[in-house]
Amino acid sequence: MENFEPKIIGFLCNWCSYAGADLAGVSRLQYPANLRVVRVMCSGRVDPTFVFKALDGGADGVLIAGCHPGDCHYSDGNYNTMKRYPLMLQVLEQMGVDKRRVRLEWISAAEGPQFASIVNEFTEQIRQLGPFKKGERTERGAEVG
Amino acid sequence: MAKLKLALYWAAACGGCDVAVLDVHEKILDIAGVADIVLWPVATDHKYADVEKMAPGSIDVCLFNGAVRNSENEHMARLLREKSRVMVAFGSCAVSGGIPALANFKQREDILQRVYMDTPSTVNPGQVLPVTGCPVNEGVLHLPEFFDFVHSLNQVVEVDYYVPGCPPTAQRIWEVVQAIAAGNLPGAGATVGALEKSLCDECPREKSNKKIKRFYRSHEIIPDPHRCLLEQGLLCMGPVTRGGCGAQCINANMPCRGCYGPLPGVIDQGAKYISSIGAVIDARTPEEAEEILAGIADPAGTFYRFGMATALLKGANR
Ligand code: SF4
Ligand code: SF4
Repeated sequence: MENFEPKIIGFLCNWCSYAGADLAGVSRLQYPANLRVVRVMCSGRVDPTFVFKALDGGADGVLIAGCHPGDCHYSDGNYNTMKRYPLMLQVLEQMGVDKRRVRLEWISAAEGPQFASIVNEFTEQIRQLGPFKKGERTERGAEVG
Repeated sequence: MAKLKLALYWAAACGGCDVAVLDVHEKILDIAGVADIVLWPVATDHKYADVEKMAPGSIDVCLFNGAVRNSENEHMARLLREKSRVMVAFGSCAVSGGIPALANFKQREDILQRVYMDTPSTVNPGQVLPVTGCPVNEGVLHLPEFFDFVHSLNQVVEVDYYVPGCPPTAQRIWEVVQAIAAGNLPGAGATVGALEKSLCDECPREKSNKKIKRFYRSHEIIPDPHRCLLEQGLLCMGPVTRGGCGAQCINANMPCRGCYGPLPGVIDQGAKYISSIGAVIDARTPEEAEEILAGIADPAGTFYRFGMATALLKGANR
């Protein structure tokens, strides 16, 4: 597992988190290159289908990042994300996917350092979890009955 | 016009699809009028050997119901594919795994352990499990091999048309049979016997602004028969399910369970449903949301009740 480089897909909202990532970039903050960024107009646009498809297509982890609650450019998009996230985690668990592989964070346009440290931490976590193998056992996925 | 040669077959099925065909009632005689049935295990006495003897392509249409769960199902799917000009995945099990594919949440050995060892009524001191061959005095007895994964029909053979439903409704079956007899089918790969719009679209209930504070299971409330069931906290799959069933469950005051499968263009019915549920939960904090969501007993089993074989993530035993 030593040479394992996690593939992480990051869905970043255009107005806050993507700008936060940009700031991390122009500030020359170090963070791992494991994150492949997909810019979306709002975290609310991140249909769970995107997350499932990323995992199905070979991602080891998925980061969804949006504006802090109250700051959404479309007023409510990030609340929708917040509300469906726990449900998505439950379904992932039942599907046999460790829920630590999918993470939701609020990152503002001013939070370049936070962005870098979240990506650092998350990449490290996925590294610990190892490559996503379909059918990894989770508490709910493996329970009998 | 020569009579159609029609085969109906059940693989991992409950028999409901076959009964649904019988439910066209006296029209069954009309079906017999336009078609010679060459195989229908539930109703006629043809043998597999009869099918094996047929020339390739000599069956005009095969309505195949049931999922592919074991080697016998697979063998018959391949055999019927070879002999049939048109292969129809008939019913949710054949289309997307259906109820049998809920087993895909578990690993094969967990299922065998549960069924043959752990159920309260099981007495199996010898810890006997099914085997594919068993020598007895008279020779070797064979059982089909139990697969790791429950497959939809198109994961095993090529499928020309899909007729969703658990089971498809008699009215729709009749329309499909007529279309087949008249040679009036759309391009191969199409879903027939269903609508292109969601069930909500043909649902007669009053819809206002959905805001859900609490979820209920069906036995916990008697819903208002006129209002949208989802607004009353029942997990109605209508928003993400194809219409075409005539809203039968809805008219019986029961929420839609999703058996007509995802809308055109949707690749994962459950994921879409998570999305729509998220939007209607009345919460402003993650804690509130979690509390409301705790009322959903078995989210994945509910959202993928008929589609686990074709879901993107496909359960714990892919
Ligand atoms: S689709 Fe429904 S009715 Fe048909 S075999 Fe499967 S479970 Fe039975
Ligand atoms: S959610 Fe169910 S009850 Fe409500 S409109 Fe849609 S189909 Fe009808």
